[in-house]
Amino acid sequence: MSSHHESILREPLVTGRNITYAKVTNDILVPVENKPNKAWWIGFTVAALGALLWVVAVSYTFWFGIGTWGLNKTVGWAWDITGFVWWVGIGHAGTLISAVLLLFRQNWRNSINRSAEAMTIFAVICAATYIVSHMGRPWLAYWALPLPNQFGSLWVNFNSPLVWDVFAISTYFSVSLVFWYTGLLPDIATIRDRATGLRRRIYSVLSFGWTGSVKTWQRFEIVSLILAGISTPLVLSVHTIVSMDFATSVIPGWHTTIFPPYFVAGAIFSGFAMVQTLLLIARKVLGFENYITMFHIESMNKVIILTGSIVGVAYLTELFIAWYSGAEYEQYAFLNRVSGPYWWAYWSMMTCNVITPQLFWFKKLRTSIAASWILSIIVNIGMWFERFVIIVTSLHRDYLPSSWVMFYPSVIDVCIFIGSIGVFFTLFLLFLRVLPAIAIAEVKLLLKSSSDQAKQKLIREDSVPKVEAEYYQESLQKFDSVSTETEYAKI
Amino acid sequence: MSNTKYILGHFEDPDDLMHGIDKLHESNVSIYDVYTPMPIHGIEDKLGIKRSRLPKAAFLFGITGTVTAFSMLYFMLVLDWPMNIGGKPAFAFPDFIPVMFELTVLFCAFGMVGTFFFSSHLFPGRAPRVMDLRATNDRFVIAIDAKDNPYPDKINDILKDAGAVEILHNERKYVSYE
Repeated sequence: MSSHHESILREPLVTGRNITYAKVTNDILVPVENKPNKAWWIGFTVAALGALLWVVAVSYTFWFGIGTWGLNKTVGWAWDITGFVWWVGIGHAGTLISAVLLLFRQNWRNSINRSAEAMTIFAVICAATYIVSHMGRPWLAYWALPLPNQFGSLWVNFNSPLVWDVFAISTYFSVSLVFWYTGLLPDIATIRDRATGLRRRIYSVLSFGWTGSVKTWQRFEIVSLILAGISTPLVLSVHTIVSMDFATSVIPGWHTTIFPPYFVAGAIFSGFAMVQTLLLIARKVLGFENYITMFHIESMNKVIILTGSIVGVAYLTELFIAWYSGAEYEQYAFLNRVSGPYWWAYWSMMTCNVITPQLFWFKKLRTSIAASWILSIIVNIGMWFERFVIIVTSLHRDYLPSSWVMFYPSVIDVCIFIGSIGVFFTLFLLFLRVLPAIAIAEVKLLLKSSSDQAKQKLIREDSVPKVEAEYYQESLQKFDSVSTETEYAKI
Repeated sequence: MSNTKYILGHFEDPDDLMHGIDKLHESNVSIYDVYTPMPIHGIEDKLGIKRSRLPKAAFLFGITGTVTAFSMLYFMLVLDWPMNIGGKPAFAFPDFIPVMFELTVLFCAFGMVGTFFFSSHLFPGRAPRVMDLRATNDRFVIAIDAKDNPYPDKINDILKDAGAVEILHNERKYVSYE
């Protein structure tokens, strides 16, 4: 791929002048090889306090039981499953970036896949903590495994999507971890060979003795490709099965066949929003502007607008089908969502997921860092409300009006949610400190074909048509990491 | 004869490296191995490295997972303890599919990566057999066994002509990590 040809019309994936292989290594390893700056410490302190809150709130739940949550007889699933589905959904973008975009040969994935995959793993960890804590008696969590019930001879019921979920989530987590770690090996070896003393010893163990010989690279590439190939259906299956937790029930508002694709689209939507939230800050604080460029930001925003629109269509389809079905329970469930006591949750969801992401049709907003960041936060909020709306509004008014109630979260509910965000950010910030946040080897692959430097060289050599060169230069205007005046002056 | 064990040609550019390999081959100098900070496409053919059989292994691991899952489910739900759930058949094959799929992926991923680690001798704590520390950073290194090719000056010239930026004559094979 070193001499792989790429059209000049394509926007660069790496910007900056005098970029060499050594500079790529140096730039990306800055946060790993140096003492953290103030921004990191502030972020880490806040996140660690959040994680501490999580420990306290979860311990309190374990000690006193699920009664500490806001659940009641009618609403037996609320805040916990909302949090679980939200986190699993967020995880999906990482696998999408690392696997699906690899299969489609989208080279822009190379600079964001590492941190997106790390995000996946940490998000799935957060999701798993919800599963364990909502069990009430977490020490019996192993009952979900295919063991004879009570070690007699009755097995778990494999006809239940909840059991499929056990397999789906654990496979998803472990395969993502393997995929991520295999990809990390060459980069850990890079750190190892630059480190000294104890650091070298630690990274040496972690590197598994990676050398970068031809045969290893050949196998590495095959392994990456096949892992991508099997992770693609895997990631789709995971949220499909999560949606079946709801869709196979007989609760109005849940019992719909649209759920799998709708959940998968929503998962990718929220995941990309979280990648934006994290990377827009990381690129600034860690100085990765040349590697995570405006092209990456814009591409992710395009994915957000696409998946957001799919989600919007799904919402409208649900409403239409509820009306068209003629089933009065179904119709009431949706009427209650739109105009019942939780109308504010429904309309928050509609606004945040369907209306505001449409602002990304404006190129100005799509290429504005501040707008992208704010909209990504709004999407995260909206997707949380989506799960809340689906779960709580369908349950709180069941078939028997005498048991209709409202659900209000308890302080512990809220603390667990805020705490899980703290856990997530603690893990992510630690990751940024000890492992390279950008796949070094994969970015090096782009240097000779897709970097601004290589393209400017072609333009200087007059080896591309003038019109195309001008088009390319114009496309650079949106890049905040390229100062266009000097680039123009050179021509 | 000197004590040189390995001659390392450092290149700064993958295309120069490929050129260097061609030049060495033209002069019938055998190449021990090449170490690079990133995968170089097309290098396997040049060095005559065979296609990896990992995809076949991956397929076999995957199919093992499918069969394992099916056998497990069939045993538990049909043979050992069939349950009457609303009079529906115990052998509800559509319900088997999600778990069969997940175990296929799980077995395939772990089996393949395990095979990769095993065949490439990668495991935690293995002493890295690295010939030059910069090969994981910014240098593309051709290693030539000096005992098999006892004409260091000629090799030097070839490497230099091909664009090598540095040529090392090492008396030790690997870098010491102690």
